Amino acid sequence: MSPLRRHRQLTRIWQSDPGWKGWFTTVNHNDLGRMFMGTAIVFFLIGGILAMLIRAQLATPRSAFMGPEVYAQVFTMHGTIMMFLFAIPLIEGAAIYFLPKMLGARDLAFPRLTAFGYWCYVFGGSMLLFAMFAGIAPDSGWFLYPPLSSTLGSPGINSDFWLIGITFVEISAISAAVEITVTILRYRAPGMSLDKMPIFAWYLLVVALMILTGFPPLILGSVLLELERAFGWPFFQVAQGGDSLLWQHLFWLFGHPEVYIIFLPAAGVISTVLPVMARTTLLGYAWVIAAAVALGVLSFGIWVHHMFATGIPHMALAFFSAASTLVAVPTGIQIFAWLGTLWKGRPQLKLPMLWIIGFFATFVIGGLTGVMVAVVPFDWQAHDTHFVVAHMHYVLVGGFVFPFLAGLYYWMPLLTGRKRFFRLGETAFWLVFVGFHVTFLAMHWVGLLGQRRRTFTYEGGHGWEVINLISSIGGFITAIGFGLVIIDIAVNTVFAARIRRDPWRAGTLEWAMANPSPAYNFASLPRVSARDPLYDDPALPHRIARGEGYLGDAYKGQRETLVVDIATGEPLQVVVFPPNTPLPIILAFVTGGIFLGLLTKLYWMVPLSLIGVAALMALWAWGLGSRGDDVMRDVGHGLNLPRAATVPQPPGWWGSAFLLLADATFFASLIFGYAFLWTVAPNWPPPAYLEPGIIGPLVGLAGVVVAPFGIRLAERHLRRGGTMWPGVALALAGAAAMATAAIMAVRAAADPELHAYDAIIWVIAGYVLVHVALAAGMSIYATVRRYAGYVAPDRFGEVRIARLWTDYASVVALIGLAALQLPGAVT
Amino acid sequence: MTTLVLLVGCENSLSTVDPAGPAANVIATLWWIMLAGATLIFVFVMVLLALTFRRPGVADADNPVGEDGAARGREKVWLVGLGLCFPLVVLAALLAYGLVIGERLLPRDDPAVVTVHAEGRQWEWRFSYADAPDLVTENVLHIPAATPVDVRITTVDVIHSFWVPRLAGKLDALPGHENVLRIEAWKPGRYAGVSAEYNGPGFLGHRFVVIAHDAEGWSAFLTDGAP
Repeated sequence: MSPLRRHRQLTRIWQSDPGWKGWFTTVNHNDLGRMFMGTAIVFFLIGGILAMLIRAQLATPRSAFMGPEVYAQVFTMHGTIMMFLFAIPLIEGAAIYFLPKMLGARDLAFPRLTAFGYWCYVFGGSMLLFAMFAGIAPDSGWFLYPPLSSTLGSPGINSDFWLIGITFVEISAISAAVEITVTILRYRAPGMSLDKMPIFAWYLLVVALMILTGFPPLILGSVLLELERAFGWPFFQVAQGGDSLLWQHLFWLFGHPEVYIIFLPAAGVISTVLPVMARTTLLGYAWVIAAAVALGVLSFGIWVHHMFATGIPHMALAFFSAASTLVAVPTGIQIFAWLGTLWKGRPQLKLPMLWIIGFFATFVIGGLTGVMVAVVPFDWQAHDTHFVVAHMHYVLVGGFVFPFLAGLYYWMPLLTGRKRFFRLGETAFWLVFVGFHVTFLAMHWVGLLGQRRRTFTYEGGHGWEVINLISSIGGFITAIGFGLVIIDIAVNTVFAARIRRDPWRAGTLEWAMANPSPAYNFASLPRVSARDPLYDDPALPHRIARGEGYLGDAYKGQRETLVVDIATGEPLQVVVFPPNTPLPIILAFVTGGIFLGLLTKLYWMVPLSLIGVAALMALWAWGLGSRGDDVMRDVGHGLNLPRAATVPQPPGWWGSAFLLLADATFFASLIFGYAFLWTVAPNWPPPAYLEPGIIGPLVGLAGVVVAPFGIRLAERHLRRGGTMWPGVALALAGAAAMATAAIMAVRAAADPELHAYDAIIWVIAGYVLVHVALAAGMSIYATVRRYAGYVAPDRFGEVRIARLWTDYASVVALIGLAALQLPGAVT
Repeated sequence: MTTLVLLVGCENSLSTVDPAGPAANVIATLWWIMLAGATLIFVFVMVLLALTFRRPGVADADNPVGEDGAARGREKVWLVGLGLCFPLVVLAALLAYGLVIGERLLPRDDPAVVTVHAEGRQWEWRFSYADAPDLVTENVLHIPAATPVDVRITTVDVIHSFWVPRLAGKLDALPGHENVLRIEAWKPGRYAGVSAEYNGPGFLGHRFVVIAHDAEGWSAFLTDGAP
């Protein structure tokens, strides 16, 4: 097969549907990565316009441009959009687009999940935009502290839009994180062992694991606050045993890791781009990975530094202060690794490098002011002033936007296939860079002079007028600069000339393909033996195009890529991806029915949509798997590999495992919240604790033991060629027993509005019920699949997935039910 | 910068760098020290960055990998020396300093201490006094000058934050909790205070004044109420 013929065949297999339909049915990461990034940039523009409104309002004292109510919506939406609808989705989009290319795969692990996440993001984001244009946007600040954000301070629908819309959007963060994790661990080029992985993938692996463990506390907080607002379950109402501090803990338990979730991908961009700009390799690869991991771990121990002024005991604050300053160490290691890289190389002042220099000058200041506010006494003064506003913009713009712009210009050839011809980019850089510092440098000072954040105007006579006017002028210069960046990219995308392959002479695999990237990425999957495969073998792109790697034969019109061993990168299986389908957008739409029903209080929509979601998910999973034909596949070079769907731990098992990591964090946060209320909330104990009795715990315990045993029995019989029914029946009986125990607890705590304790019982019991139902549903599904021929004595992967979920349900039932009975048992 | 400070009238100043009491004073000192240190570190990093462009690198276009025997030595200097040890030393010193200051600012037992209550609501502050139980003032807090005062901070509705920048840092008013903030004014006078945590549309106007009396004025206030 000639390279051109191979290109045509593979393109036909991998490309999206023609015409407008392609937008809605594509599952290809090339499309979805671009769509994610494009949508995120639209949200950036909207958030930027809101920023300009804020600067227009604050340019002069006593401005009559906006009143306090409108201003509150504007600053809340500015923060919300930039954090949740711009930064995180842009990272997801970049990961979705670049990771398979860098790793040497043809797509991400779960292509339909990519599309589903994208549409959840679009629909959830649209809810918030609708609220904004309708003038009913959230208005209690982007961190939504109750009681101000609850029914007491915000009786309207405003906060509901935030809680429901953002939770909807977060589905995309969780699904992207599951997918990124599994892809990095399992979907790489043959021979790419962990120590040969591109540094960007290492960063994204840390980030994805952080999303899986960082977002669930916020999702839990949102669920609890919405339950309080909609049904009066008093989690945050102090009179009935709640505590508003619980929200702050849950929010910042998410919120601080979030800062590093945003910074680390940007650091990954720098670690990738900077060495190429200096014609060398990264200094201290292992050090940088260790620093990224350390930063990820430390970031979970510092959330309280947002709460230094809440009256937490000083010694506890000292611990969090120490942890907060400690993050400067891994950050410092990275900064000096980059400087050392520049030192050993020969840096060239090309446009991406310019943005990286902008990053250094800005982020170092943001990091230093970050150390300042980590010192408790200083934070008592700086907290809630414009000093903090300036600090976080230095960190987020300097530490995220600038590096991503460096990356955008660096990877533009891959995205558009064009070289820059019109040189607006340099002018745009200087406008943004100078404008940014004019806006925010003096803002530190006005904060120390006492200007509070979130005040919609101010009186003259504090020495604030000149600084605010300067900030506003700087803000508009920055905005013009960003406008010019967008014009630059648009013009160069449309008009500029085609560019050759690998224009920067970089060494990573994404440059082994033609520009712009073809739908299938690699005509054949190369075997790599170095960290920079293109430096190691400059002829590699040609060998890939000639089909000299694996899977170069466009077999049966299937979308295929390799699954490798986590550590060594040796190929183990061949995965067949699903083709284009509208299923993801339909599922996202029906999922939206749940959120819309909650938002509009049309509660009948919720169960209806849930049934729809369950049916669609069954349909979704039905298309996977194998009936036993064509199990082995000759991938080339004499290697015969099994289909991934036929192995004991198929991709769905890996996806489930990491989804359960997020799920377990959610549950752990719930138990933390319960313990927090029990020990800290003022109005405890409640009027009555649950009386454990004998029957409930016994029934529950029986279920916890029987369900995992049953599913194992089913698997054993299946593998011997027997029937699954006895085992599945046992598993279902176990599930029913656990459900009974949970329902008994709920019935004993009849009124969740009475006290936060009763409300927590309902939530924990509800959580157990949901997981028991999921486990039971999967057991039944696996049995049905046995009759359809997808599950067989030698293909029991789907039973393993059901087993995983059953085990999880049993563990949470054990912990959850024990936690419910504990206070009653000890008192 | 100093001229800016001086331009500000003291009466309604909210400046944290124009301290009028011991707590605000140590924090202002802390700030100036941190600013000096941060400036030095920033300049140091920028100089290093600039220097990387001035010297010929070991790598060139034909040898992009640029590895040589010196790699290990480089890692030692850049990563262990500058990346690890340098921040560790600086941060340990800063942490110790911050911890000592923080301890000194805590409301410890003191026979001279005067106790007042600050109750926040949307959008006013009510102040009451342990030494004159019947006395309640709205949006004006009276304290004796040159005397440590414990402000017991509560709220009846949403979260507020009690902040008199020239006297001390801020402390939140949380539903169901009572937080105690130690403030002290060196001299008699009027000091502006604000709510620092966003608390709804009336946030901007949620202000108050602290009046510090001399000994005579304080006892007059306690017996006769607000002048």
